[in-house]
Amino acid sequence: MNIVVCVKYVPDAQSDRTFQESDNTVDRAVDGLLSELDEYAVEEALKIVEAAGDGEVTVVTVGPEAAADALKKALQMGAHKAVHVQDEAIHGSDAVGTSLVLAKAVEKATDGSPELVLTGMSSTDGVMGVVPAMLAERLGLPQVTYASELTVGDGRVTIRRDGDVASETIEAALPALVSVTDQINEPRYPSFKGIMAAKKKPVETWSLADLGVDAGDVGLGAAWTSVVAFAKRPPREQGQIVTDEGEGGAKLAEFLSAQKFL
Amino acid sequence: MAEVLVLADHAGGRLRKATAELLTLARRLGEPSAVHIGPGAETAQKTYAKYGAHKVYVVDDADAATYLVAPQAEVLAQLIEKTSPAAVLIPSNAAGKEIAARLAIKAGSGMITDAVDVRAGEDGTPETTQSVFAGSYTVTAKVTTGTPIICVKPNSASIEAAPEAGAVEAVEVSVSDAAKAARITDSQPKKATGRPELTEAAIVVSGGRGTGGDFSPVEEFADSLGAAVGASRAAVDAGWYPHSNQVGQTGKQVSPQLYVAAGISGAIQHRAGMQTSKTIVAVNKDEEAPIFELVDFGVVGDLFSVLPQATTEVKKRKG
Repeated sequence: MNIVVCVKYVPDAQSDRTFQESDNTVDRAVDGLLSELDEYAVEEALKIVEAAGDGEVTVVTVGPEAAADALKKALQMGAHKAVHVQDEAIHGSDAVGTSLVLAKAVEKATDGSPELVLTGMSSTDGVMGVVPAMLAERLGLPQVTYASELTVGDGRVTIRRDGDVASETIEAALPALVSVTDQINEPRYPSFKGIMAAKKKPVETWSLADLGVDAGDVGLGAAWTSVVAFAKRPPREQGQIVTDEGEGGAKLAEFLSAQKFL
Repeated sequence: MAEVLVLADHAGGRLRKATAELLTLARRLGEPSAVHIGPGAETAQKTYAKYGAHKVYVVDDADAATYLVAPQAEVLAQLIEKTSPAAVLIPSNAAGKEIAARLAIKAGSGMITDAVDVRAGEDGTPETTQSVFAGSYTVTAKVTTGTPIICVKPNSASIEAAPEAGAVEAVEVSVSDAAKAARITDSQPKKATGRPELTEAAIVVSGGRGTGGDFSPVEEFADSLGAAVGASRAAVDAGWYPHSNQVGQTGKQVSPQLYVAAGISGAIQHRAGMQTSKTIVAVNKDEEAPIFELVDFGVVGDLFSVLPQATTEVKKRKG
């Protein structure tokens, strides 16, 4: 089975993430990396292909030049090939625009017939968690999301989803789109061999024209939403800190009482 | 005045608190109409009317309950077509956001998730507030194309009654075969804890690595306060508490009135899920723990002595 994994290059959450004054988009100048939640999707794809003993994992990203780093990491983990959709006109796209480009890229990468598309549950920057659903809608695929367990076989996917009130089993026929949570596996670290091998793996770079996407349909100008303003939240003022010398708990209750929580 | 569609969040007619919050917010934008998909509309109707629903659109379709997301999106797309609403408000939980996502593509409309406030902007169209990058920025946003589809986080508004007719209108919709692709074949209900829902709770008490796997002091303190119980990623990854209770970037984002972090260091991953809480309290042995930078009140000490003492004291004060 051939699997396509969609991944995102995101600003490192440990760095000072911010917006660009010029157009209110996310500042991509800070250090970026493969979105941590996408590693679970890459890992799961590798496990499926390894267990089946055949098939290839293709990682696809939409992003600026630096997004090649995210693909490199996935190739080092063991993905077979990568597709980088890169085009000036994509800058500032919202989830609607991004999902359009991703859908076209998935179609082109699979000659129009994807078998299984995997994604993480959300990115770690925008954190909307909507691209998997949009992608499924655009590709006309069943959407099987938030998998904490995934089984593929007999032309079907079966997942377990741990919700708030129930643990559900969800089934769909292939081809399908599945998003996975961080509970599904333990992503591998690239081995030295993997790092060396990644250097020889094919990475294709496609433009919007290659995908037949009109530049007017994506990017900041075509976004269906707009950030009107952004403001840094004032840091929280540190309140009172007490050291427990036998009545820390009582002091805590006193604070809660004074704040009318009791 | 234009209608505002509010997708009800319910289980068999038992409404979750978010629905009344959405109806309250919807009144700022127009006349709310509740959209009830699935059984139990009779039970829920009174609440819809109480919180200002002029109409209640009822779609009692078995397929909507057995299949994921796609049928609900189709129902809403047909209702947008029929009612040309000023906006559609949807609860910002995992399912709600996915319904909104598919609806956005179907209806050619922009969508916003995780709004913590919605109001009519200067031109009368909805404007939202979101808290991003682990709560370090506040963003004001608008939908510029189509019908604004806005997912609002629970606990974003205090509910206010404003009784209206809540006239029930049964709606005939068609759910395509394509929407019936992902089917729920089994559902094992989780054991009820009797505690409030994490994202809806006014008070949340969370435990982390510092519990060493023993959540009993955390749970007992939570129960004395009538609070929900949360857990850090470290505690969930260690298998000490279920993933559905995880607070943080890859779990739930909560903004209760009071958040208590016990034995949690306060890494960025955790902050992303709780930094917008109104009041923050922490108990941690390590006085250098970054969580203390955020707190209104902090106790440097062992949670195994501090929490039980606080529990006893709270119970005493509450009588």
